[in-house]
Amino acid sequence: MDLRFCLLPALLALLLSPPAEAGKTLDAVKARKELFCGVSTGLAGFSASDSRGNWQGLDVDICKAIAAAVVGDPSRVRWTPVNAQQRFASLQSGEIDLLSRNTTWTLTRDASLGLHFTGVVFYDGQGFMVAKKSKITAARQLANAEVCVQSGTTTEKNLSDYSRAQNLKLKPVVFESFEASLKAFFSGRCRAYTTDATSLATILQREVKNPGDYAILPELISKEPLGPVVRRGDDEWFAIVKWVVNALIEAEELGITQANVDAQKASGDPAVLRLLGVAEDLGKSLQLDRDWAYRAIKAVGNYGEIYERNLGSASPVKLARGANRLWSKGGLIYAPPLR
Amino acid sequence: MVERRRYWRAFAYQALAIAAIVAALAYLAHNTAQNLQSRGIPSGFDFLLQAAGFDIGDSLVSFSAGEPYWQALLAGLANTLRVAGPAIVLTTLLGTALGLGRLSSNALLAGLCGAYVEVFRNIPLLLQLLAWYFVLTDLLPPFDEAWRLGGAATLSKSGLSLFGASLTPEFLAVLFGLVCYSAAYMAEIVRAGFGAVPRSQTEAAAALGMAGRDIQLQVVLPQALRLIMPAAANQFLSLTKNSSLAIAVGYPDLVSVANTALNQTGRALECVSLIMGVYLALSLATAIAMRVIERRLAWP
Ligand SMILES: N[C@@H](CCC(=O)N[C@@H](CS)C(=O)NCC(=O)O)C(=O)O
Repeated sequence: MDLRFCLLPALLALLLSPPAEAGKTLDAVKARKELFCGVSTGLAGFSASDSRGNWQGLDVDICKAIAAAVVGDPSRVRWTPVNAQQRFASLQSGEIDLLSRNTTWTLTRDASLGLHFTGVVFYDGQGFMVAKKSKITAARQLANAEVCVQSGTTTEKNLSDYSRAQNLKLKPVVFESFEASLKAFFSGRCRAYTTDATSLATILQREVKNPGDYAILPELISKEPLGPVVRRGDDEWFAIVKWVVNALIEAEELGITQANVDAQKASGDPAVLRLLGVAEDLGKSLQLDRDWAYRAIKAVGNYGEIYERNLGSASPVKLARGANRLWSKGGLIYAPPLR
Repeated sequence: MVERRRYWRAFAYQALAIAAIVAALAYLAHNTAQNLQSRGIPSGFDFLLQAAGFDIGDSLVSFSAGEPYWQALLAGLANTLRVAGPAIVLTTLLGTALGLGRLSSNALLAGLCGAYVEVFRNIPLLLQLLAWYFVLTDLLPPFDEAWRLGGAATLSKSGLSLFGASLTPEFLAVLFGLVCYSAAYMAEIVRAGFGAVPRSQTEAAAALGMAGRDIQLQVVLPQALRLIMPAAANQFLSLTKNSSLAIAVGYPDLVSVANTALNQTGRALECVSLIMGVYLALSLATAIAMRVIERRLAWP
């Protein structure tokens, strides 16, 4: 729970273990036939385990897709819940192969933690939520307010930046655990709660008895591009994670779905045949077999399906895709050519 | 001659031991630096001079986001001391009362004090902190419906405010939590201290014609204190270290602020060693202070 217990072992491991070597992660994952994936301690829509212990969410599906592509089975994943503060140490120390946990890509994180972001799987921005009875409808009405926030996040600093830029004198109340931060807000300790706006929506939808009593303010105060993270120094593994995600996006562009992926193997479109490993073997240069992308799509569907299932129309929150539409539909989701 | 040789031999052994320790530390530091470098993780304490860029919601010393990290950490340390100091005083008072209560000839009082000790000693401190915190934030009225406690004092979810100064629920939860928990241990220390003064001392003093009150103050208390002080010092130290659980209930103590600094700069080793260094210094300072007090209390 506190720093003394969770951070020190990870730090020691960091000091004693040798740096990541090219190809090492892939070999290890293949040898143990299991992917070690770091997820949140429970954020609906992104990564949360249900009452039977099954993990679900957009970040969870990314891990499953990679497990399917690399070891051939989406269920071969060991889930490690990590809070905001623990997540990077957990990856640095080698406890997990991949961090797939609503983590914002920033320069400092990318360049100074010995880690690499492989891309963006979700474009978000930071927002505020308030109780409706406070009659607050815009962030500028929050002057001098206490704001509950979780430590170890980009959220904390964005909040200070915004407070200074708008001269709001916001007072952060900082908690290490997600649960405690939410509990404090819902008990009325803070005028507002702040985190990524999509998380706010899923929190209201799934964690609160009376979501109608709360409102998410219209302002988005930051850019929060969320994506998977791997250790530096293992370019092969970095490439695999990056290209499995790209394959899921490409599948949406090409109209390949979880349901039709088998039929699509007989498609007349060379791009489809290439992606599914029928005509060409793209897997080889990633040190995977030719069915890697086929298996990933078969396991979790294309990017659009993953979105709809966890956050979109097929989910309880029913969020519009917004910036997370394909580039060709006016969004930001774009995969370089898989060829 | 022999004396002298022995002296030099001892000196040489000690010098060797120190050299070995220094070499081991230097090796570890070198190894670590190389490890960090090969992973592209920058290191060093230069970040302390950069602007922190985050605010501290509740701070004894004034701090704002434009000020450097070292000042943020100092504000965190001030917050640690602000809660640990009063907690030590209150623990001493409550603990002494409970300890004496357990020794009381009134069975009900002794039983109640005993029950307190058992309950508070056996529930993990973290749970107690969370319980205090959520009781406070659940029970208290919202800010605009604050309870007025006479003239200048109000109490609400934003905390206790007294003549403009205010104590947040986070502070109060840490304070109450630490005091109630540590007082249980303190009670045992006090009980053991008084219990260890032989009965014969009281009887002897009475035989000399001393009054009951004087016996307690001049005969029993000084002897009990000599037994209590070292154990109490230990208890104060662990109280201070336990205050590092404060982040669980949102109180910005040293560990909480260092956590944020660590997260923003990626300087994990540096921040963790700073925290360890500061707690070590606090421990040594407390130990020295207690030594001085013990000396004063000692008599030939
Ligand atoms: N995207 C931000 C925030 C991520 C974050 O940790 N958000 C919190 C609040 S929604 C969370 O997911 N907590 C869950 C946990 O700690 O397990 C970041 O990368 O720093």
